[in-house]
Amino acid sequence: MMTQQEIADQLSARFGDDIRFSTFRDQMSAYINKEKLLEVCAFLKYEPTLQFDMLSFVAGVDGLPRKPRFEMVYQLYSTTHIHRFRLKTLVEEEADGWGEIESVTPLWITADWHERETAEMYGIRFLNHPDPRTLLLPEEWTVHPLRKDFPLRGTEQDTPDLPHVVK
Amino acid sequence: MPQPIASQEMSEDTRYTSREMEINLGPHHPSTHGVFRAIVHLDGETVLKAVPYLGYLHRGYEKTCENKHYHQIIPLAERCDYMGASSNSLCLCLTVEKMFDLVIPERAQVIRVMMAELSRIFSHLFWLGTHGHDVGAMTPLFYMLREREEIMDLFELTAGGRLMPNYLRIGGVARDLEEGFLDKLRKFTDHFDGKVDEYETLLTKNPIYMDRTKGVGFLSLQDCIAYGITGPMIRASGLQWDIRKTEPYSGYEDYDFNVPVEDGCDVYARYLVRVAEMRESNKILKQTLNRLVEGPIRTKAPGVTYPPQEEIFTKMEGLIHHFMLVLEGEKVPVGDYYACIESPRGEMGCYIISDGTGKPYRLKWRAPAFVNLQSLGKMSEGCLFGDLIAILSSVDIVLAEVDR
Repeated sequence: MMTQQEIADQLSARFGDDIRFSTFRDQMSAYINKEKLLEVCAFLKYEPTLQFDMLSFVAGVDGLPRKPRFEMVYQLYSTTHIHRFRLKTLVEEEADGWGEIESVTPLWITADWHERETAEMYGIRFLNHPDPRTLLLPEEWTVHPLRKDFPLRGTEQDTPDLPHVVK
Repeated sequence: MPQPIASQEMSEDTRYTSREMEINLGPHHPSTHGVFRAIVHLDGETVLKAVPYLGYLHRGYEKTCENKHYHQIIPLAERCDYMGASSNSLCLCLTVEKMFDLVIPERAQVIRVMMAELSRIFSHLFWLGTHGHDVGAMTPLFYMLREREEIMDLFELTAGGRLMPNYLRIGGVARDLEEGFLDKLRKFTDHFDGKVDEYETLLTKNPIYMDRTKGVGFLSLQDCIAYGITGPMIRASGLQWDIRKTEPYSGYEDYDFNVPVEDGCDVYARYLVRVAEMRESNKILKQTLNRLVEGPIRTKAPGVTYPPQEEIFTKMEGLIHHFMLVLEGEKVPVGDYYACIESPRGEMGCYIISDGTGKPYRLKWRAPAFVNLQSLGKMSEGCLFGDLIAILSSVDIVLAEVDR
């Protein structure tokens, strides 16, 4: 078991200034560049002293009106070393209103459904995702309900009550 | 148009080859435990692929939470996993308390453990009953409901609610235990072990049950980790991992209990683990009865926890604190925190980002059933259609939690 600081030290030893850290209570988060995501994740997973073999969850965050708008959160756990760590990366809104980031499913299969959920809820595209269908929302909805600018009660046009016939 | 699997050129044997068939399972099917739907691709009776379709019970839980005060989330959270209701509120309370850095009084800790373990037994009982039902054993359900009723009576006695007690509060619990609760609980713990023996006579060595479950739904430990499987399912695949032991919360480090583990990796092993867990939970419950000390049931922290009822009626400050808390909610310090507990289904986690206001900026609920269900496709490849039902029930899904 490593402390949060020791994990952070390992990361900065490997990636240097590309990583920033924030601490709250006894937990730390690492902020990385979106381009470095897969590289850092692979390091966290395969480095023998870290071995983050399990991904607890993937979550999106909408930081409106901040820019870049979105934030992705990856909560990691190691079943061998019994320690946790959190990884964060910022995702900007593209011209078409979607965010775009690499999928981490090649490293952790469990990210599949988490990413599908995040994709529909926040409008974030996951590149190289094996199964990019909607998960919880109807296919014909084009809105992203967990965004901060989406009204709490939905709208009659965008989120109709009666379900359409699904093939 | 479904394509025949075998080549059409095999002229004589063509009438024996089967076509791939698509069957819709659910969402209104008793064996799907709610509104789970899967499209199953079959070759004869063999499952080629099972594709889950979710969302029939999606209520926008996370979005609602972002628009509620922290205390208002507690009843919502209990409706997520209604089978282990108190585990949900415990998870939420722990996260908020960690963010405030609160210390919870000993008495409240013990009561919380009591409620959490009762809801674990409650959940496992209902699982066992319906699981038996799914594989064709009708009898167990009636036995389980009998003991489940006792637990519901206990919940009702102390908190009012039978299914969802809504009893925990940030900083402690809502009120002290009702008179007579401890005697009833003691009575329950005394005879419950015998009842578990009774359940085991129905299933554990039942040849029909063993035939239906042994070797069915195989999921190796490696796959478990890859799919993020937690709770009884990963313990049935040979990893002795229980968050109550590895990262203790609510004083679990002081209790003496074992973490049951099996290496069958199949439905039968999951059954054995859950039955053993009921015994362990009962062991913990017995210890809580001896550990229960007199003292306050809620931390005193103005602006964070509700003042006691009599203070609201007799003291100006109490009234003001109560008023402000109801109106504005507790202002959690800016930051983010992830806390998790061992729920009846696995690692239940709550990740909160606070912006310093009375409502969470972002609340992510890590629902164990949601993650565990993901492995259904993997487990059911190549099994028989009847076994798919057994596998699905061995995951122990609560659809309210899967869809949130």
